[in-house]
Amino acid sequence: MTAITARIASQPVRSGLWHFVRRNPTLVGGAVVLLLVVLAALAAPLIAGDPIAARPVNRLKPPSAANWLGTDQLGRDVWARTIYGARVSLMVGLSVAAIAMAIGLVIGLCAGFGRMVETVVMRLLDGLMAIPAILLAIAFVSLSKASVGVVIAAIVLPEIPRVVRLVRAVVLSVREQPFVEAAVASGTRVPKILRRHILPATLPPLIVQATYVCASAILIEAALSFLGAGTPPEIPTWGNMIASSRVYLGLAPWTIFGPGLALALVVLAVNLVGDGLRDRLDPRLARRM
Amino acid sequence: MLAFIIRRLISTVLVMGLVGVFIFLLLHLSPGDPAAIIAGDNATPAQIAAIRNSLGLDDPLHLQFARWAVRVLNGDLGISIFSNVPVATLIGQRLWPTVSLAFTTIVLAVTLALAAGVLAAWKAGSLIDRLVMILSVVGFSLPVFVVGYLLIYVFAISLRWLPVQGYSPMSDGFWAWASHLILPSLALGLAYVALIARITRTAMLDVLAEDYMRTARAKGVATGPMLLKHALKNAGVPIVTVIGIGVALLIGGVVITETVFNLPGIGRLVVDAISKRDYPIIQGVILLFSGVYVIINLMVDLSYTLLDPRIRY
Repeated sequence: MTAITARIASQPVRSGLWHFVRRNPTLVGGAVVLLLVVLAALAAPLIAGDPIAARPVNRLKPPSAANWLGTDQLGRDVWARTIYGARVSLMVGLSVAAIAMAIGLVIGLCAGFGRMVETVVMRLLDGLMAIPAILLAIAFVSLSKASVGVVIAAIVLPEIPRVVRLVRAVVLSVREQPFVEAAVASGTRVPKILRRHILPATLPPLIVQATYVCASAILIEAALSFLGAGTPPEIPTWGNMIASSRVYLGLAPWTIFGPGLALALVVLAVNLVGDGLRDRLDPRLARRM
Repeated sequence: MLAFIIRRLISTVLVMGLVGVFIFLLLHLSPGDPAAIIAGDNATPAQIAAIRNSLGLDDPLHLQFARWAVRVLNGDLGISIFSNVPVATLIGQRLWPTVSLAFTTIVLAVTLALAAGVLAAWKAGSLIDRLVMILSVVGFSLPVFVVGYLLIYVFAISLRWLPVQGYSPMSDGFWAWASHLILPSLALGLAYVALIARITRTAMLDVLAEDYMRTARAKGVATGPMLLKHALKNAGVPIVTVIGIGVALLIGGVVITETVFNLPGIGRLVVDAISKRDYPIIQGVILLFSGVYVIINLMVDLSYTLLDPRIRY
């Protein structure tokens, strides 16, 4: 009897979950991969050996039981370096997404509600958007001392205009809605209108945009490290690993494709989460170009 | 129409002006001393002082900007710190590999993407459609350098079909030129193909649902002309827009692709400048690439009337 009740009670939950998975395969697939990578990055000291220790005797060894992804030209474990590299990639991706959203939201809300500010700000951002993101980041990094913080700032800068444009577009459409008119007519002050009526409408597209910004930030960080304009070379990042081992491509392809595969997998997972969220939260939003 | 072109030209000039302001401010508001940055890491204090003097760095900022802008407009992009050669000359020497790469990539990518997008929309819901959609999501997520090394490993190192890296000018024979560009173009173009194929499919699906497409089919227009002349042409505006926007992707990718494949182009010039902290080169190349991007998007805007005569400005 209790067994039957328990089964009946648990059924809706289980089928509900299964239903959700079936309806949102990209969202769930991406989220699961991402979750595994986040866990691996957090548990790096437990599941991976020393990413720095060089053992020249052991150099360029193919994947084996001791070194799952082989070793690089200094005999360092590629698996350990790849896992530790996830930490930098995820941190850069999340920080850039968070900072770009915060700054973009504030500027976008102001630009959407003040006509004077709007013209000036949108023009300035047009100029900023015309500079290719990687080149702007290269210029920024080459003028400062290389560090993870500078890299984050360099990637945030070109992402801001895209966020502002999105927020402004939402504000412009919500601004004309009757409930905002009513709020204005009843004497509600602008900051409160922004907070209570406009901000909630911007959140769904903003969350979707945040995932795309995160994916693009991870790609740009890797590209900057690869080009020698990113994270200092002594920190194991996927871009740094590929850059330092690239001459050994023919001899030891695992030194390139270990971190390369990790990078592709994480970016794909984040993009899938973005696509899944977009379909759930905001079907009208066109995919970011 | 003329009024639109003039308005569009003015805004293009304005945007380029802003790009100039940003690049100028980036150097002058950065924490370091611009003279020290321009002089390079090994400069003596006397050299730095000389540069400070010759650039008039003690003058007000707007005056410095005006002077710099006039020089840039006259084609003077400054002098490389490392080689002491004018940046414009250096860019000129590196122009052809980059132009070749950009040209083959755009031709290859747009052809592939249009074919894939049209096919996917025509056979919507089929296996081909699903495959194209999956490839376009995956293709957009694959980093240029990972794809590049994968292509080198498979087609140049293992199969030995194509050269590993380097550039061969057209004067050494067409095949030598083309064979060095196939893999770089594929690596660089993949994300671009993904982007264009996706929008082509969406735009084509909209057009294929129109009444005039049913009419065309009913009066017996053959499939090929129906898809290309009736459907693709009418789906042109969003596709061309994305082709223009996607150029930003290509420009960033050129820098990476030229590094992976060791092509002596403008992208390599920038990357070599990073380690030497040769800021005038970085600045010059950014101006050039931003200009290319802005002009391509100007051309895209102007092409709308050709594609869709109903659009009037």
